[in-house]
Amino acid sequence: MAPHDLRRPFKRPAISDQQRRRELSLQRQSQNRRDAQQQARCLASSVLSLQSQYPDPVPELEIEPESQPQQEAGPLTKDLDIRQASKLRGPEVRKWFASQLMLPEWMIDVPDRLSHDWYVFARPAGKRCMVVSSNGTTVSRERNGSILHHFPSALPSGARTKDPSGSAQSYCILDCIFHELDQTYYVIDMVCWRGYSLYDCTAEFRFFWLNSKLAETGACDAPSHYHKFRFSTVPVYDCDQRGLYSAYIESVPYAKDGLLFYNKHAHYQTGNTPLALVWKDEKCSQYVIDTDSKGQVLSQQQVVLELQEDGKLSTSDDPPVIFGCLDGEFIQKSGLQSGSLLKFAIGNGGLSFVDGKLEKSDLNYLGKSNRARMFADSYSKTDFGFMSPAEMLRESICPCELYVSICLDKVIFQYMVRHTPLKFDDLLASVSPSDDEENKPCDVEMVD
Amino acid sequence: MAMEITQFLLAAQSADANIRNEAEANLRQLQQQNLPGFLLSLSVELVNNEKPTESRRLAGIMLKNSLDAKDATTKEDLAKQWLAIDISYKSQVKDLLLRTLASPVPEARHTSAQVIAKIASIEIPQKQWPELIRSLLNNMTQQDSLAALKQATLETLGYVCEEISHQDLVQDEVNAVLTAVVQGMNLAEHSAEVRLAATRALYNALDFALTNFQNEMERNYIMKVVCETAKSKEVEIRQAAFECLVSIASTYYEVLEPYMQTLFELTSNAVKGDEEAVALQAVEFWSSICDEEIELQEFENPETGDSDSPNYHFIEKARSSLVPMLLETLLKQEEDQDQDDSIWNISMAGGTCLGLVARTVGDEVVPLVMPFVEANIVKSDWRCREAATYAFGSVLEGPTIDKLAPLVHAGFDFLLNAMRDENNHVKDTTAWTLSRIFELLHCPATGFSVISPENLQRILTVLLESIKDAPNVAEKVCGAIYYLAQGYEDAGPSSSLLSPYLTSIIAELLRAADRTDVGGSKLRSAAYETLNEVVRCSNITETSQIIAELLPAIMGRLGQTLELQIVSSDDREKQGDLQASLCGVLQVIIQKFSSTDATKSFILQTADQIMVLFLRVFACRSSTVHEEAMLAIGALAYATGPEFAKYMPEFYQYLQMGLQNSEEYQVCAITVGVVGDVCRALDDKVLPFCDGIMSLLLNALSNSQLNRSVKPPILSCFGDIALAIGVHFEKYVPHALQMMQEAAKACAQLDMEDEELIDYGNQLRSSIFEAYSGILQGFKSARAEVMMPYAQHLLQFIELIFKDNHRDENVTKAAVAVMGDLADALGPNTKLLFKDSSFCNDFMSECLRSDDEQLKETAGWTQGMINRVLVS
Repeated sequence: MAPHDLRRPFKRPAISDQQRRRELSLQRQSQNRRDAQQQARCLASSVLSLQSQYPDPVPELEIEPESQPQQEAGPLTKDLDIRQASKLRGPEVRKWFASQLMLPEWMIDVPDRLSHDWYVFARPAGKRCMVVSSNGTTVSRERNGSILHHFPSALPSGARTKDPSGSAQSYCILDCIFHELDQTYYVIDMVCWRGYSLYDCTAEFRFFWLNSKLAETGACDAPSHYHKFRFSTVPVYDCDQRGLYSAYIESVPYAKDGLLFYNKHAHYQTGNTPLALVWKDEKCSQYVIDTDSKGQVLSQQQVVLELQEDGKLSTSDDPPVIFGCLDGEFIQKSGLQSGSLLKFAIGNGGLSFVDGKLEKSDLNYLGKSNRARMFADSYSKTDFGFMSPAEMLRESICPCELYVSICLDKVIFQYMVRHTPLKFDDLLASVSPSDDEENKPCDVEMVD
Repeated sequence: MAMEITQFLLAAQSADANIRNEAEANLRQLQQQNLPGFLLSLSVELVNNEKPTESRRLAGIMLKNSLDAKDATTKEDLAKQWLAIDISYKSQVKDLLLRTLASPVPEARHTSAQVIAKIASIEIPQKQWPELIRSLLNNMTQQDSLAALKQATLETLGYVCEEISHQDLVQDEVNAVLTAVVQGMNLAEHSAEVRLAATRALYNALDFALTNFQNEMERNYIMKVVCETAKSKEVEIRQAAFECLVSIASTYYEVLEPYMQTLFELTSNAVKGDEEAVALQAVEFWSSICDEEIELQEFENPETGDSDSPNYHFIEKARSSLVPMLLETLLKQEEDQDQDDSIWNISMAGGTCLGLVARTVGDEVVPLVMPFVEANIVKSDWRCREAATYAFGSVLEGPTIDKLAPLVHAGFDFLLNAMRDENNHVKDTTAWTLSRIFELLHCPATGFSVISPENLQRILTVLLESIKDAPNVAEKVCGAIYYLAQGYEDAGPSSSLLSPYLTSIIAELLRAADRTDVGGSKLRSAAYETLNEVVRCSNITETSQIIAELLPAIMGRLGQTLELQIVSSDDREKQGDLQASLCGVLQVIIQKFSSTDATKSFILQTADQIMVLFLRVFACRSSTVHEEAMLAIGALAYATGPEFAKYMPEFYQYLQMGLQNSEEYQVCAITVGVVGDVCRALDDKVLPFCDGIMSLLLNALSNSQLNRSVKPPILSCFGDIALAIGVHFEKYVPHALQMMQEAAKACAQLDMEDEELIDYGNQLRSSIFEAYSGILQGFKSARAEVMMPYAQHLLQFIELIFKDNHRDENVTKAAVAVMGDLADALGPNTKLLFKDSSFCNDFMSECLRSDDEQLKETAGWTQGMINRVLVS
């Protein structure tokens, strides 16, 4: 009937703010909804299991002294995901982060089906850390939770730039080793990417994702104003003869510190897991045998144990592993108190193995460990740097027989290195083609 | 049979309220007792030339109202009611109406034409009135038909064409209708009133002429008749013919080329010399051509210039004659056009068209316009200066920055000085031009801006002085400040440039909002809306203190509105408007402060007082909730998080009220959104309110009166609630899931020809998936098995949507995510389901191939979840 209205917007009112506010509200609400659902997705059960189910903690090579965190997470930090955790302050945050890395055990013997079910790669020497990019900044934290760097990066949400996909939930968590020499973060595992949890994904999937995603972001590019450190992936090989050989022999831009073996089917398991293993010899690591603070190889293998009230000596594992005991008189004489961390050297009597297990050892008391050191050995690794030579109470060395109820992979590995090392040739032999013929059932334990 | 109702109809229009009310009651009673008889009586009244015009008029109106209503649901009910009436009554009514078309009383004919069209709109799609078109055409071909009957018949044909779809008629009928209409336009045969009716009927019948416009001979004939009619002696007929041309320009753009020379001459004569009503249509013709070509350019393949429909570049070809013609119109301003919103004149139409031409041809417009600008900008006649400025402002959108930047740089100082021109129009247009410059040529984030740190101070000095000018000028200045601030949003280091001026900008905007010389509320709302943009775009780390001071100032003003004396409904409306603006500012401040951890505390400290104010604003009204306050509360809930729990006991009543407001559906929609905010803020603390909220949401969902746009958000809201309260959602599952499954079914029944319905269907789908996601994730840790019975249905629904090519990106993302949620929440239980759903793989690989990073990530996660289930 009536022809359409001729009027067109004239000097179009610059502003129609109510509609804009409505739309912005809707945008915020749907973003918040997405975030909330996303967060629910990321609260994958395993992320939150802060108590390690694998009590055998494996020490790592840490050249620099550092304070060690307490192991168990307090009740406060129990039900947090990474985003909430990033809001924690002070000791809480350190506590939380300290328990988030997947820690390999030492390879004492060769797992079955190594060539089928495992990856191998050369581990970069450096500081193991967790890198979290979120809300326009990137933070790397060492294993004890202390901040290594706070920097802008090209990771998603890693810098304050105009990133259209930069939602608040678009955070990433990478498992890295910071290599001092070339100031590069070598990414050895991907834990979360753009808010998606990869904890419940197999290593196979995580490595695939890592390799396809990281470079896309520009994180592997040379440093720039908005990207302070370069990130890099490491070459990962199938653990067949060729892969093993490549990882062992081929040159990489970083200093190697042993080989890491990852079970392809294993999920990202915080704490220690037998589905990730570390192995080293002199050729692929300069730190095969424990050194002192000056990098000098110690003449004797050393361990640190915690003195219990009843005089027993335990590892700091949860539950503690009783290593043996000191007699009361000696304790009194030395003025030692329960809770003290004591350092022992493995004497010439060495460690006795029965069926590949440590049964008996000859330990010599070296002295109290540095107070700053919060953990007994074997969890935290033998960082002798904590103890200055002057502190060593050599005159009170007291030989004692200790009965060992459990063997610790670290102690054994170190002992084996000094006595009967697992050689590269042994590894190679275990993945020889003839080995492929055998049709063993896959007995890989799925971590779920 | 028909009743004698004349007396009632007359009494119902009596000046005496008692008589009127009684008559209305009587009529209502008749209607309720015997609708068919009542409608028949009305028709008898309408057809009877002996009856008074007044009773016939009301009879016609009542007939029309028995068949049609504005509200879609009522309209549908009325149509059903009509169809249910006994056919003998219906044919009598229709017969009487057709007879009325021959009445000597114009008003009776006119009413009858409208009523016939309403019945046609109900019956013709149902094939229930096949003889209508024939009998109407019969009126046209009868030799002895009176001009009045022909006029009324043509009018009826036009209305019928407007009411029905061209698919409801067979091509023969369409041809016959068009023939009758076009013949009715014939000068030699018909009187002016018949030709006018015919031309207006053609306007409505144009959509029916698809086939005829594809046929060159028929098209030539129609175009020839329309062009001739456009030169009629009678101005009304010329206007109607130009209206047809405007409609043809957009409907049949692709066949216009052969006629363009003629059309150019026709329109250009009209613009130059015809009455304004005709000239406006002539300008509109070119604006419509611009609209078409702009749209074609948007869909063109940027590399090859190809698109499905050809672009004839009429504007480009006509530009050298068209642009001067439009520039001439700019000098025909009216004195008060900037003060009066109802004015639409040739200079406004011409300027608007010039802006469209600039967008169509880009750089080429500049050399055609600049000589006019340069020649007129310095003249003593204000009309010349205003026209020059308006021309310049009009061509700022379209040409490249490279082309415009030197001109804007050169003219910038001039424009700033012109803000002190003696003429109000010139200042108004100058301020508008400045706002266009800031909107289009000030974008530090991408590296280009005409504003430098050096000239910023001068610009702000001028703007903050001119905001004190007359209200219309001040309003345009607000627009300029708005875009000036907007340019600095997310502009990195440049965003600091405005920070030093923020205090004075805010002070002047508040002063402008407080002005008492403001006629309408336009300047006030422009000032507050500009304030909002200034706050939104400010560099939060540098300006948090300034905004923190603004917060109590705005709260104070909102407090003052509560003290206002409310006597009339006018007062109430003013109060409501002012509260709306102030709640808007508070919303923006809350959102700004809650965007960073460092500034959140400003809100947390004041949250109690803010909430008290909002609750008092709500309390100002008895039956409705204040939309803007509701919107702001959503932002507050987001900012305060779990702390919001303490406001719930008091706030809950308004939440209920909002959810029940199905008439103001925007209010309902906003309240649904706020429920989501509250759920996310409170988590399981929202539980005590969930019974009430869920039942209101379920009611709203099944309310057929409620605007459908609110329904998808309600479904999403189920997800929000479920995610917040986890296992406690279990008791709502049967109801919620039933609704979700019904909504899923409804999606399949939507008409997929209609683009609006396609959009709606996609919103509905995303929302259904969001609801599932929320529920699945909410149950994940504890009672996931509750959802097991629905898993298969969900997967089938996803499969259906996977195969639907109307699915948009949001639907795809939500669908992929919900698959992951299903696998994540139900774990190994879904192994067989996923094994049997072979489409999953195809869907996943489609998503993993996508260019959309977010989608790829989601798909990757989902893939991981499904794989985990499959190997379990």
